[in-house]
Parts: sequence; C-alpha cells; structure tokens
Amino acid sequence: MRLTQGTFSYLPDLTDEQIRMQIQYALDNGWPISIEYTDDPHPRNAYWEMFDLPMFDIKDAVAIMAEVTKCREAHPNEYVKVNAYDARLGRQTTALSFIVNRPKHEPGFRLDRQAAADRQIRYTTHAYATDVPSGKRYRDE
Amino acid sequence: MSESVPEPQAAALDLNAAYRDSQVDEVLGALDRELIGLVPVKTRIREIAHLLLVDKLRAQVGLHSDPPPLHMSFTGRPGTGKTTVAMRMAQILHKLGYIRKGHLVVAQRDDLVGQYIGHTAPKTKDVIKKAMGGVLFVDEAYYLYKPENERDYGAEAIEILLQVMENQREDLVVIFAGYKDRMDTFFQSNPGLGSRVAHHLDFPDYTADELGEIGHLMLEKLSYKLTPEAERTFAEYIRLRMTQPQFANARSIRNALDRARLRAATRLFTVGGTVTRDALMTIEPEDLTASRVFANGAD
Repeated sequence: MRLTQGTFSYLPDLTDEQIRMQIQYALDNGWPISIEYTDDPHPRNAYWEMFDLPMFDIKDAVAIMAEVTKCREAHPNEYVKVNAYDARLGRQTTALSFIVNRPKHEPGFRLDRQAAADRQIRYTTHAYATDVPSGKRYRDE
Repeated sequence: MSESVPEPQAAALDLNAAYRDSQVDEVLGALDRELIGLVPVKTRIREIAHLLLVDKLRAQVGLHSDPPPLHMSFTGRPGTGKTTVAMRMAQILHKLGYIRKGHLVVAQRDDLVGQYIGHTAPKTKDVIKKAMGGVLFVDEAYYLYKPENERDYGAEAIEILLQVMENQREDLVVIFAGYKDRMDTFFQSNPGLGSRVAHHLDFPDYTADELGEIGHLMLEKLSYKLTPEAERTFAEYIRLRMTQPQFANARSIRNALDRARLRAATRLFTVGGTVTRDALMTIEPEDLTASRVFANGAD
C-alpha cells in the first residue's frame, strides 16, 4: 500500500527535475529546507530522523538536491522527505513537505480492534513494517 | 530535453538583437558609468560577455557549445574595486544565463578552514552550498595555503574547492582575490588551482584624476558637493595622500570624505543658529585641510 503523506503523495513520484523545481520554489519564498528519513510509516509518527542540519541561506536548489541524493544513498530503502519551513511571524510552520524516496515494497497497515470495557471497540492502525525492529524493516528484494 | 534541432542553414541571427535581449548592455553600461578607470578589467568583462552571448547563439543553431570555465583571479592593491567588480560580475553572468541566481558569497580563510581535524570539509562544503548558483568570492585567497605549517587544514579546503570548480562548473563560479605578488606565489605553489583559473585580471592603481572622479561620484551618491575652493583642496589632498604609506586607493578617498563629512557637521554646530539646505550639503576647504595629510604626515 502506497503511503500517502505530505504534498504530492497522490501523484506519481516526482522526477528529480520536478523535485528540484519544487525546492527552488521553496527557496525563492525564503523557506529553509530540511531533510528527514524514517522507517516507521505510521501517520502519527510526526518526528522523523533529521538528515544533517536544516539548510539556511541557500539560494540554489542544486545544493539541496546534492543532500537529497546523499540521504537517498544512505537510506535507500526508507522514507525520505523534504520539509520547507516558513519562519514568518504568524505562520511559523512547515509550509511544504513531500516524500522524495520510499521503500521498494510498502506492506501497508492493518486495522486492530480492541475490545474494551462495556463492549466498546477501540480502533488502531498497525504498520506491518513495524513488526520487525527498526533498522531491519524493508529489507526484502 | 526537447530541444528542436534547427535547420542547419537557418536564417542569419541578429547579433545586436541578442545583445539587447540579454540586457547585459545595461549592466555593462552601469559598469562603465559607475566604475572609473579599470580599462583592462572592463575590456576583459566585455570579452567574456561577448563570448557567452556567442555561445548562446551557437547553442540556438545547434552547434556544440561547452560552457567555458569562468573561474577568475582578481589581483590588485587594496581599494582597487575587486569586490565591487565581483558583484557586477555575478550580475552579468546571471543576465547571460551562465549562473542561475547571481548572488555573491564572500568567504575568507576562517569561513572555509576549520580549527580541528574533520572540521574543514563540512565548513567549506557549507560555504560552497550557499554560493551554488552564484559567485563564490574568496578574499585574500593566499591565506588558505600556509606552506610553513604542514598540518594546516587550508590545503583540504583548496582540494574541495578544486573538485567543485572542476565538476560543477555550471553551478558555481569561483573568484580568488588578493595582492598580486602573493597571489602569484599562491598559484605557483598550487599548480592545480592556477591552471583551473581561466581569467587572471589585474586591477591597476588609480591615477589622481581617476581618484578625483571617484570622490565626486561618492559625494554625489551621498548628496554632498564641494565648493570650488574645496575642489582645489581635494585635488591637492589626493596628490599628497597618494605619496603616503598605506594608501588604499578608492578606500582612502572614501575614508577621507567620511572624515570631511564629520568635520562639516561639527563646523555647522560650532556656528549654530539656522542652516540652509545648501549648507547641509556643502563641504568647505577647511573640512579637508584639517586632515593630517596636510600637516606633513604628523598625526
């Protein structure tokens, strides 16, 4: 099951040139870029691992593409996303965030039903990928 | 890329139209107007602009065109306008589409070289990342290389720069700047660097007349003017200042004018009362004669 988190996730994967242009758009707006990766696809897993530090004062997207490539090489079979942060007062939030790398095979999620007191049912999603310890996930193929 | 292959005998291209469209004329014109003297430098910049324009046209008619290496070295004494020209260079290259962004990043030794093992590479790469799409101006580049200390990390920074200069030509232009003699030894001791720098531009010292013109341009920008007597004093000041040690060309003139403004303000206050608009923008001879230059070098 294809993970749909962040901008563009319902579109086919962006090409490198398209990614570069999206990053350039963010830079032209004055949004610093950071790169993050994870192997836990749960939607509530909001804090991914940082790949190096956020990049400030950069004008040209080519410099950031080099970092994206480096991150993909270091984590080829994990999720990698690019975040652009808008620091303006009143916004101060992530302005753009999209996935630029995903594992070859995404096993998806199952729905767990937990019977609680008074015949209540609690629902939760469980990512099949997290059945194995972190670092050993997505190793097939 | 979906570039249509044009007819080999396509109609003649209009050189002048291409020149106009590139708007490089504007920048070159401003260069001529706002920078006094520097004839050899301006000629070379014009040549580079022409080359890039012709290359663009060649690409249009489907001729092979490799982006020419444009790494440069600017040598000259202090205050001859190296940084100013570098800034203009970034604009020109941007207008001609050689670099994508056209900003200038100024770096010195301490921006590039780290303090301990493993610190240099990330630091240099960080600066290079910031300069991507623009021009990296390495001021006083010879400080990067310290032959007397074999454990110095400067060599590492040079190596990384070299790699980027060779492999990412279309992303970044590097300009090395510094005093002529020391730059020459710097390039001699780093032959790999010297051979990758395509343009060596030497900035000549200004003549007294040129310095006078520069001074007038500066004053004009600050909305000040000299009285006719002050004009004569100013010319005399330049002549005397040029013979003194630590003369830094246009920078010395700027400093002299800044001090003259200071004295002019004080003069207005000692007189007191009301002032006219004219008095607020006039520099009198006594504002200049108070300088130590006229006092036979005594401070």
